Amino acid sequence: MTAIISLKSVTKRYVRGKQPIEVLHRLDMEVEQGEFLSLMGPSGSGKTTLLNLIAGLDHPTDGEVLVAGERIDRLSGTALSRWRARHIGFVFQFYNLLPVLTAQQNVEIPLLLTDLSSAQRKNSARVALELVGLEDRATHKPNELSGGQLQRVSIARALVSDPTLLVCDEPTGDLDRESAGEILKLLQMLHREHGKTLLMVTHDPIAADYASRTLHLDKGSLVVAPLKSVA
Amino acid sequence: MKYFILIWAGLWRKKVRTLLTIASIVMAFLLFGLLQGINQDIKNGLSDSSNDRLWTTSSAGAFNSMPINLLERIQRLQGVRAIAHVSFFGGYFRDARNSLPALATGVDQLAAVYPELNITRAQIDAMKSTRTGVLIGRPLAEKYGWKVGDKIPVGTTLWTNNEGGNNWIFDVVGIYEAAPKYARTSLGSGFWINYDYWDEARLSDRHRVDQFIIQIDDPRHATAIAGAIDGLFANSSDETRTQTENSAIQSQLKELADIDFIANSIVGAVMFTLLFLTANTMMQSMRERIPEIAVLKTLGFGDGTLCTLVLVESLLLCCFAAALGLLMSAFAIPFVGTALGTRALPPVVILGGVGIAVALAIISALPPALRAQRLNIVDALAVR
Repeated sequence: MTAIISLKSVTKRYVRGKQPIEVLHRLDMEVEQGEFLSLMGPSGSGKTTLLNLIAGLDHPTDGEVLVAGERIDRLSGTALSRWRARHIGFVFQFYNLLPVLTAQQNVEIPLLLTDLSSAQRKNSARVALELVGLEDRATHKPNELSGGQLQRVSIARALVSDPTLLVCDEPTGDLDRESAGEILKLLQMLHREHGKTLLMVTHDPIAADYASRTLHLDKGSLVVAPLKSVA
Repeated sequence: MKYFILIWAGLWRKKVRTLLTIASIVMAFLLFGLLQGINQDIKNGLSDSSNDRLWTTSSAGAFNSMPINLLERIQRLQGVRAIAHVSFFGGYFRDARNSLPALATGVDQLAAVYPELNITRAQIDAMKSTRTGVLIGRPLAEKYGWKVGDKIPVGTTLWTNNEGGNNWIFDVVGIYEAAPKYARTSLGSGFWINYDYWDEARLSDRHRVDQFIIQIDDPRHATAIAGAIDGLFANSSDETRTQTENSAIQSQLKELADIDFIANSIVGAVMFTLLFLTANTMMQSMRERIPEIAVLKTLGFGDGTLCTLVLVESLLLCCFAAALGLLMSAFAIPFVGTALGTRALPPVVILGGVGIAVALAIISALPPALRAQRLNIVDALAVR
């Protein structure tokens, strides 16, 4: 297996007021291609910070971040934007869909950064919505959809450009148990049937059980859980 | 063009706010179009007026008359090509509300200094053969439905005739059609009566006129000839003041009001207020969309692209609303500007309006666009 994510001695420090806060301490980590990894830990343990570094939303203070074969800690803002568009699909806790656009138009947004024609974009968005089981909701606006449906649209948007890595920040944090279960099954299906590499931050141990491996973060350091067998 | 969907989504995120902002901009540019349209038309009118025509009035003021025999002395000056005299008759038709721009003159002299009026030889002859004759500009004749042969009763409170009455009857002997640029001015819509008839028939102020209009050989000699005319009557009981036609009209307008200053002040105040309004709307809209912008950045939209999207959104809003406002003013100006002879929105005003709309859009969108460009994704998403 090939490591698609490789972090070497990564440190992240923030300055809040005059006080420097070290969120991640010389962290080493590897994720294989096709893994479904969950990151767990208490609030303030650095889960989201780690996710942001891997997704190219932030730069480490020290160390190397290698994702999809690129040292992204060295990339400038513009290059990093292009890299994210090509390699990362992001699923947010609160969906973050544009309220004025329909489900299909929301899913099309990442494709605006490609050279695809309008017809190709529409077709790809339709396929992505089919994949998440929402083809019949394509023309609905976000305020006409349930929480679970909104998260499915968000997943379709993350998938539509076929990214190298799906990054999910508390994807079930705003959902009831039933909807959360459906979303987690959907993520598991993407991992098992489509070979997607997923990285999911969660507080929920039940959600973490859907992943093939779980890493625990505590006070900025990793505690490695045993590798689970992939069914 | 493929990003249009995002711009459209941004514009209609809050429909009521966008519509109210559009309405404000439309009203501002409607006002801009009307005020500047009329103002520009007046300026154009001034530029149409001539610097090779001089106006001589009494130095005591335009409403003080002068002896008509000054005309012969002025006429003898070098550089004077033609001269006409004009006196105010005024009056009204049927009702005091229907005031008439009636002026007394010698029509042959008038035709010589104002060839733009297109007064024909036959009309001059008709005026000479009919002492009670009147020559009327086409727009005025059409307004009251007058035609050649009609007798027009004109009332006046200024001039009593030698029969002791204030009612004068004039016979329409001709209807002239001035050059288009004069058509709706007081000259093109004139009501010209024979001075000789009126002067004999009136009881007061006889053998006196209000103004001389002098056609000179070269505009470059205007100052010298004006000085020579005023010099002729210096230290006499009939001192004169001579200006070019252009300067005289400007002086008269300034006696009424500095229209240019008023128009610019109002438009300036409105545009300044509008700038704050639009900038505030854009800032507010941007504040509300910070999480969405952060999401777009997360998806891979570059800083420059997002900055451009905000600018284009503002340009679309301002330019569409401004175009609507200018279009409305173009439709309204023939009605509003009738009294001043303004018929159409001058192209320079349309161009100026478009320029202001673009400047307004850029200035009001620049702070939110820069904010979008500098937005830190991690901080913005953390707020959510």
